[in-house]
Amino acid sequence: MMDTKKVGTASPRLNEEGRGSQRSCECSPECCGWTAAKGKEESYTRETAHWIERRFETLVGPIPVVRTRLSRNDVLGKVKARFGIGRMNYKIKPGLYAVGSAHPGSPIFVSANYKLSFDSLRRELVGLDAWILVLDTKGINVWCAAGKGTFGTDEIVHRIEETGLTRVVSHRVLILPQLGAPGVAAHEVTRRTRFKVVYGPVRAADIKDFLAGGMKATPEMRLVTFKLKDRFVLTALELTSPFKYLVIVTAVFWILCLLGLPSLSWKAWYPYLGAILIGGFLVPLLLPWIPGRPFAWKGWLLGVVWAATVAIFQGLLPITAASWERAAANFLVLPAISAFLAMGFTGSSTYTSLSGVLKEMRYAVPAILASFSIGVVLLAVVLFRGL
Amino acid sequence: MKEYRHLGDVATLAYDADRCTGCGMCAEVCPHAIFCIKDKKAAIRDRDLCMECGACAKNCPFAAISVRPGVGCAWGILLSEIKGREAPSCG
Repeated sequence: MMDTKKVGTASPRLNEEGRGSQRSCECSPECCGWTAAKGKEESYTRETAHWIERRFETLVGPIPVVRTRLSRNDVLGKVKARFGIGRMNYKIKPGLYAVGSAHPGSPIFVSANYKLSFDSLRRELVGLDAWILVLDTKGINVWCAAGKGTFGTDEIVHRIEETGLTRVVSHRVLILPQLGAPGVAAHEVTRRTRFKVVYGPVRAADIKDFLAGGMKATPEMRLVTFKLKDRFVLTALELTSPFKYLVIVTAVFWILCLLGLPSLSWKAWYPYLGAILIGGFLVPLLLPWIPGRPFAWKGWLLGVVWAATVAIFQGLLPITAASWERAAANFLVLPAISAFLAMGFTGSSTYTSLSGVLKEMRYAVPAILASFSIGVVLLAVVLFRGL
Repeated sequence: MKEYRHLGDVATLAYDADRCTGCGMCAEVCPHAIFCIKDKKAAIRDRDLCMECGACAKNCPFAAISVRPGVGCAWGILLSEIKGREAPSCG
């Protein structure tokens, strides 16, 4: 989640891992974009001091023992990553780590090197003796990395060889997060390394129950969820989508006001503010309760309600010869904005498929473009008449 | 998650029962519990819930399942259209 959509990781991507583990993935910034890892080694070592407790010697060299309690630094880092600050470089060094008094018989958990994914795993291992094999997923959470294939068969095989794992443990079982499955062929890993792959629960929080149940996940542990809280975190805390547009729109209005367009004021500005908040924030929150399935439709529907509200506030009703252009422009532009932003939330959801979104876009994108363009032309007409 | 359904009848998920040995890997990895095992064979419970993550196909040792994996992300699709890339993916 974590790691979210992709909660896996991505709660929605869920717990942190679930979310991030999350497919919050799909298109949340923690997933999108591969940044070149500059000064990689340096950034790895700079941050490690507070979460490594000690090191102990093994046949393959010193292995770091990690704390299972998150420190203030970890929490601060999580908040920053959530807000998109340094998220693309919030990673740890791939390799083998130990928890508690790990011994040759201890279970091995496989994780991503996005620190939020790693943190959400280790905090669930309190009181356990275990190994954590961290793959190089370029700092991307489990679910998104699995989709890209970096949390994948080849990397697992490579990492097992590189760490000398077989000389440290006496068994041949790897526990993978279930959301890593899109990138990993379990039977291939077994064929190439003799390690049996067991898929653990979607959410790291279920790990102890999973172990207690003899490494069997219940049906609930296997399901990705998309709760109100997950959607809130994705929209309100990951201030990426709606708020960026708010800033842009506000700046545009401010500049137009400075240029002295008389018909522009707060009154002209708040309808767009509302349309952005509706599409980027309200629709995701109310997602299961808004009728209809296409995300753009849900956004359009609430956008129409908003346009009607605006028409009442601006005294455009009843519609007259003097007010119809402005009212029509509102009904064309505002729902189009909400629909477009709502459609963007498909990437953060945990249940849309590529085929489904393609089909939705085939209808929604032309309709949104047409509605928006005609509305803007009307608005321009009204504005210039006011000059 | 009955309340979450996107468009129906679009998923590219295909399943060949003749190849299936009923090992159950697909049911284990699917995040939406689409597969169940009935009479020692996998069965698709509800294919409209498929999000095309590809986990089932990837983990089927007998190649009984196929799906075009991808991300259901409108931004990703728009970006890949603009940049002229084939498969929409994040980033």
